[in-house]
Amino acid sequence: MAKETPLEKMSYEEAFAELESIVGKLEEADQPLDEAMALFERGQSLAKHCGDLLDKAELKVQELSEDGQLSELE
Amino acid sequence: MEQLSFFQSPDTALSVSELTRHVRTLLESDELLGDVWVQGEVSNFSRPKSGHIYFTLKDDQASLRCVMWRGMADKQTYLPQDGEAVEAHGGVSVYEAGGQYQLYADRIRPAGEGALYQEFLRLKEKLEGEGLFDAERKRPIPAWPGRIGIVTSPTGAALRDMLNTLRRRFPLAEVALAPASVQGEAAPGEIMAALEDLNEIFKPDVILLGRGGGSIEDLWAFNDEGVARAVAASAAPVVSGVGHETDFTIADFTADLRAPTPTAAAELATPDQTELREELTRNRLDLVQWLQSALGGFGRSLEAAVQRLAMNSPLQRVRRDRQRLDDHARRTERAVRHRADLLKAGLDGLGQRLAALSPQGVLGRGYAFVSQADGTAVRSAAQVKTGDPLDVRVADGEFGVEVTGENKKV
Repeated sequence: MAKETPLEKMSYEEAFAELESIVGKLEEADQPLDEAMALFERGQSLAKHCGDLLDKAELKVQELSEDGQLSELE
Repeated sequence: MEQLSFFQSPDTALSVSELTRHVRTLLESDELLGDVWVQGEVSNFSRPKSGHIYFTLKDDQASLRCVMWRGMADKQTYLPQDGEAVEAHGGVSVYEAGGQYQLYADRIRPAGEGALYQEFLRLKEKLEGEGLFDAERKRPIPAWPGRIGIVTSPTGAALRDMLNTLRRRFPLAEVALAPASVQGEAAPGEIMAALEDLNEIFKPDVILLGRGGGSIEDLWAFNDEGVARAVAASAAPVVSGVGHETDFTIADFTADLRAPTPTAAAELATPDQTELREELTRNRLDLVQWLQSALGGFGRSLEAAVQRLAMNSPLQRVRRDRQRLDDHARRTERAVRHRADLLKAGLDGLGQRLAALSPQGVLGRGYAFVSQADGTAVRSAAQVKTGDPLDVRVADGEFGVEVTGENKKV
């Protein structure tokens, strides 16, 4: 568990992929209780993170100018 | 004409109605005039309250009155103005009251559209022949389009529709608009440049190419060969959404996915956050279910372990030992008591035997103890003579007696 990516750095896609793999691991293998609980808690945090990302998501729209610059679109 | 010659006498002149009806019959029975496209410039265009359309088509040498009934007029996507060159389709007949032949039009389109359509078919056939429409060429639209490029007019309704759809369905995306005119002479070049710039600079996961509905001329930029090729060559897969559902453009054929409208293009290119949330909820439930069953499982093995532990605990041993001690104690006690009982029984026997041996016991059986005045026990008849006082002791007391006879041996 030492190399867990901090949640705030994870995109929805990454967090959701890890969440799915954790659910898979928990359902498949017999983990020692402490490891399984750690996985479970990580899964809970990932699910919450994903939910938060969706709730806060705001479409980011930029405009590509003729000289190849990207700038926020009104 | 034969019919006419039959009525040549002035007495049997035709009425105007009869003649007009005859002309009408002639015109209406003509194969060409019944189903014809006519090209000309529009003048005297009018649409009174009745909803019917009246106009005149003319060229430099002739003119033709035209009418389109309201039912047909309502179905047209395009209606001309005076001075425009158009092509009208319909059948020629006679307006009897006016004594005029005219075109009863059922379709009208800008002139040149027919030529455009020929060009459309030619280009379509050409690119199809090159394999640009082949299904194997189509790339899948990525399941997670984190970066979405849009090529459309910055002022059109298509952009607004696409952005609204993206906001509603997939607000996690990053969008870049590469603005381009979507109609007019400059449009094809701008669309091609926009596709190229997006791919080069923004590197989108998918590109939406959109334009709202319009006439076939309005949509013509999307039938441009250069645009069609640029769509096919785009590094990112392209979803086209041009015009209305019934409009097909060459760009639609070379796109990786054709959507009927700009809104539909945005929908087809993105996952819906409603589904994402459902997916998330499913995973959350799976986690909780795992926890419950895991805790249940761990709980059961814990219970079993506690039971085994309890069975092997020192306390249990003490209890067992104590029981064994109790057993010992009970057995010892029983043994002791038994011995005691035996002893007691023995003692009782001894006592009885002892009692039987005591003088008192002998006296009890009716014997008497006889002693002389000085207390000496009388054991022999020779010890006494007549007149001697003696003491007699029986079981419950004593009394004195005198010897009355002597020396009689028993």
